[in-house]
Amino acid sequence: MKLVVVAAGLSVPSSTRLLADRLAEATRTSLGDAEVRVVEVRELATAIANHLVTGFPGPALADAIDAVTEADGLIAVTPVFSASYSGLFKSFFDLIDNTALAGKPVLIAATGGTARHSLALEHAMRPLFAYLRALVVPTAVYAASEDWGSEGTARTDDLPRRIERAGAELADLMESRARTRRPADEAVLPFAQQLAALRTG
Amino acid sequence: MQFGIFSVGDVTTDPTTGRTPTEHERIKAMTAIALKAEEVGLDVFATGEHHNRPFVPSSPTTMLGWIAARTENIILSTSTTLITTNDPVKIAEDYAMLQHLADGRVDLMMGRGNTGPVYPWFGQDIRQGIPLAVENYALLHRLWREDVVDWEGKFRTALQGFTSTPRPLDGVPPFVWHGSIRSPEIAEQAAYYGDGFFANNIFWPKDHFKRLINLYRERYAHYGHGTPDQAVVGLGGQVFMRKNSQDAVREFRPYFDNAPVYGHGPSLEEFTEQTPLTVGSPQEVIEKTLTFRESFGDYQRQLFLMDHAGLPLKTVLEQLDLLGEEVVPVLREEFAKNRPAQVPDGPTHAARVAAALAQEEVTA
Repeated sequence: MKLVVVAAGLSVPSSTRLLADRLAEATRTSLGDAEVRVVEVRELATAIANHLVTGFPGPALADAIDAVTEADGLIAVTPVFSASYSGLFKSFFDLIDNTALAGKPVLIAATGGTARHSLALEHAMRPLFAYLRALVVPTAVYAASEDWGSEGTARTDDLPRRIERAGAELADLMESRARTRRPADEAVLPFAQQLAALRTG
Repeated sequence: MQFGIFSVGDVTTDPTTGRTPTEHERIKAMTAIALKAEEVGLDVFATGEHHNRPFVPSSPTTMLGWIAARTENIILSTSTTLITTNDPVKIAEDYAMLQHLADGRVDLMMGRGNTGPVYPWFGQDIRQGIPLAVENYALLHRLWREDVVDWEGKFRTALQGFTSTPRPLDGVPPFVWHGSIRSPEIAEQAAYYGDGFFANNIFWPKDHFKRLINLYRERYAHYGHGTPDQAVVGLGGQVFMRKNSQDAVREFRPYFDNAPVYGHGPSLEEFTEQTPLTVGSPQEVIEKTLTFRESFGDYQRQLFLMDHAGLPLKTVLEQLDLLGEEVVPVLREEFAKNRPAQVPDGPTHAARVAAALAQEEVTA
């Protein structure tokens, strides 16, 4: 199975990438095995701007878009900027065909300086993927700086447990989708049917 | 194989001088360019149709009629005619009239148009783009082939006992191309009717168009019009030439960097690598254009975009000299080599009349 990770961190090394790698590992462990491909959006920054301006992707970006489109499961991780996903993260998903993620299992995650921005996942990320008709797993993972050095409490799981839970949810969904999915039908509607649709409609 | 130019008709500030031509100057420049195209031996001049600034050609048959009166040989065409927002009855009449005045030197390329507000300005809905293209063309196709048409559809007033006048010259309607950048439905439509398919590939990488053109060729054969390599394919191209390659790059770069369509995006070098744009010597243009045949198979019409992004008229006319004198003669020779006998030439009125007569003799 193909698992694609989209990480939109801007610094190198980035905590967004760190979280993305941990989520990928948790998902892969649950699946038993998976082919993991990481798309670092930062490396495509200029290509994304060029695509927005010209209407077509350069080769590296086209390859990344194809990978996301053909993935069996997707992990999308962004830093939180100004109460939402980063502009670069959004620009990348603006270039994905709006039907490409329909029915695709997606795990959403974000990083930020403080835990106060964690609901950006529910108020910004989840609606974005709802619009794209993706199947977003129930557990969204937010990692604030402090999460990298703290334990859970009686009321909340610590970061490793949330990562494990989210990875298991994504793996479950990917497995059940793989069992039920039918091959996509890419054939063009024959012209006589296009004409007939006008006559009867 | 036919070679020609197509114009968008944009009014754009020349970035090297800061001067913007008037609409009058731009319209006169377009017609001067068309006359020059005939003078240097090109086969086709095509104009766009737009109903918004910064474009001037809103009335293609007026412009093409003027050009027809001053030329002898060149085929006058469109790039594109808006099959979605124009009344198909008016298209049938306007282009049949133009066909008579131009003694048959007329064909058209149908397109949907991608400017959102144009649809409501003409009483239509952009979300109905494909159904409009399908229904309007179905009516246009009948109006040119049946003397008296009874017709009902979704998008237009019904017609009872209507005859579109004048009837097409010699009873043979203008040849039609269907232009598309991304819609397989349009490739299917072109294949269904046995019409031409024009892939305006100038802003996009070739793999995308390979899929569309292959689909069109396969479906053309499926509908019984001939073998896949007999399907009628046209392609775009975009070039800027000087004798010396470095001079071409230096002169064109400011126009590229500020071009309305792709300016302020990728570099000239990236764009020339990824799309058909060639900026260099005539020899480089020849080499790049010859690769189109390798990618898409033997084809019938090659149109170049030469006059956009604020290039001055004088420069465009110099470009046409180079195209006509140094590029096209070589391309004609090279494209003729190893071209299979069953591959058709570019469509002309005379050939279509002859084919129609031959068909009548067979059936008589």
